[in-house]
Amino acid sequence: MGRLIWTRLLAAAPSVIGVIVVTFVLTRALPGDPAAYFAGPAATQQAIAEIRHSLGLDRSLPEQFLVYVEDLAHGRLGNSLSTGQPVVEELLTRLPASLELTALALVLSVAIAVPLGITAAQRPNSWIDHLCRIVSTAGVSLPTFFTGLLLVYVFYYLLGWAPAPLGRLDLAYSPPPARTGFYIADSLLSGDAATALAALRQIALPALTLAIFTLAPIARMTRAAMLSVLSADFIRAARANGLARRRIVYVYAFRNAMLPVLTTLGMVFSFLLGANVLVEKVFAWPGIGSYAIEALIDSDYASVQGFVLAMALVYILLNLSIDILYGVIDPRAAVSA
Amino acid sequence: MSAALRHLRYVLGENPVTLASFALFVVLVAVAVLGPWIEPYDPLATDAMHALTPPSAGHWCGTDAVGRDILSRIIAATRLDLGIAFAAVVLSFAIGALAGLAAGYFGGWTERAVGRAADTIMAFPLFVLAMGIVAALGNTTANIVYATAIINMPLYARVARTEASVLRQAGFIEAARLGGNGEMRILLAQVLPNTMPLLAVQMSLTMGYAILNAAGLSFIGLGISPPTPEWGIMVAEGASNIISGEWWVALFPGLALMLAVFCFNLLGDGLRDLIDPRRRT
Repeated sequence: MGRLIWTRLLAAAPSVIGVIVVTFVLTRALPGDPAAYFAGPAATQQAIAEIRHSLGLDRSLPEQFLVYVEDLAHGRLGNSLSTGQPVVEELLTRLPASLELTALALVLSVAIAVPLGITAAQRPNSWIDHLCRIVSTAGVSLPTFFTGLLLVYVFYYLLGWAPAPLGRLDLAYSPPPARTGFYIADSLLSGDAATALAALRQIALPALTLAIFTLAPIARMTRAAMLSVLSADFIRAARANGLARRRIVYVYAFRNAMLPVLTTLGMVFSFLLGANVLVEKVFAWPGIGSYAIEALIDSDYASVQGFVLAMALVYILLNLSIDILYGVIDPRAAVSA
Repeated sequence: MSAALRHLRYVLGENPVTLASFALFVVLVAVAVLGPWIEPYDPLATDAMHALTPPSAGHWCGTDAVGRDILSRIIAATRLDLGIAFAAVVLSFAIGALAGLAAGYFGGWTERAVGRAADTIMAFPLFVLAMGIVAALGNTTANIVYATAIINMPLYARVARTEASVLRQAGFIEAARLGGNGEMRILLAQVLPNTMPLLAVQMSLTMGYAILNAAGLSFIGLGISPPTPEWGIMVAEGASNIISGEWWVALFPGLALMLAVFCFNLLGDGLRDLIDPRRRT
């Protein structure tokens, strides 16, 4: 197991290097002169030159790259142009909000999509199969920001069930003492059920919006994988031996069908992290996505770069954990690694 | 040719969903082309007297916060949105497919270089990378096209590479080589046409994704700037109205966007069934 994790980590190294190089190139491709940006409109030529020197922009590109890598190794991403705070700190304080939303959405979409796909595969061309097909085509076609607004209109304006789409917690409640950074978990830990419920009510719609977008590929892949596994010889053998149907489907078939589903999850994470930005904007969710949007509007490049880098690293980590899970489910994959 | 047409008619007749999506595609293209001639009002003309009126006989989709006719704006936006997506798809096809073909056909360092580049792009969550690219290159429509093209490139490169590495060993390629054709000539005249069907499916599927991506970028305020009509911006403008109950401002542009994406996704699935019935899911 330890060896498996090691080899996977090594395999992820080129991706990390690639991500670092690309984010470096992106900042150097900036239109205009960052030094003039930092100096402000009233700065003299000399002041700009000084800032250029202090930012290290007067050195050669390879040198600048080394400085950049060294800064990264020490966890420095520069300071935000608009607030003056270190980008790393701002990202870290906002990360839990994004993670809470994304994790809940993922759990929700897996909980809906996997049973839907399994049931659809057992009865091809039944109504549930058609439902699965409609959901999986419509789900990927719906722009997340549009789904979010529709849900707000129905559940907030028409029905009045959901609170106003304004952040993580209603103003009437104060945030729970921070332990994990997840509001629901934190308020439950401090025994405050009312706040937990309020936080749950706030997160319900954005999480549902994200889940609708991501459940489509999962349902589609589960159905396809289950269909091909259920027609395999070893399933026929199990059936001929008189094993219970439930056991055949959930133990024998599902375990084998999970491998292609896990592979799809990698792509789903890419969608999820991107859609997260849009959903955070719709629901005024104070995560790193809305942080990046504010930074983009302000042309605050250090923050945008930090955001892109952070998202890419989170994505690589998620893919890494899928690879490791793969080895747990399919021992052959662990051996060949 | 007539056999292919008959096959097409047979498949379309068998599959009403594909037929419907094909019809929708024709409508979308017609709206994009005819745009200025079928708009009932000027998409940029404001009318403070008739701001935020609900859908009526005069304004089928209602008016927005400054009294512009929403239907006219949706029609005007069709050309821009489809244009951006089409340009991005063509660009990523031209670069991605050629790089993938070369990688699969020549193997060796070409394959490693192309594979590494594709992996690096795929190491990012794609929408986030597009945001970063637009932020770095500057906030213009052209850069939305480039960003969308770049994030779609690996998909083409992968499909083309797999196909080309299989075709490399095919008899007719061997024959072309014995006939004295140069490698580049074989690649462009023999390998490329034989991968076109699969690549065409990929183009249709990525069109939908490209539209979503461009609309998403402009929804968060990148690229196209108001008052230019664009579906993503129109939904963003309607977002504040939806909380106070004026649903039509965001709904109709959102529906147009959804319908266009839905159309290209269904069309892609249908094309795939046409070309490769085994991959049907």
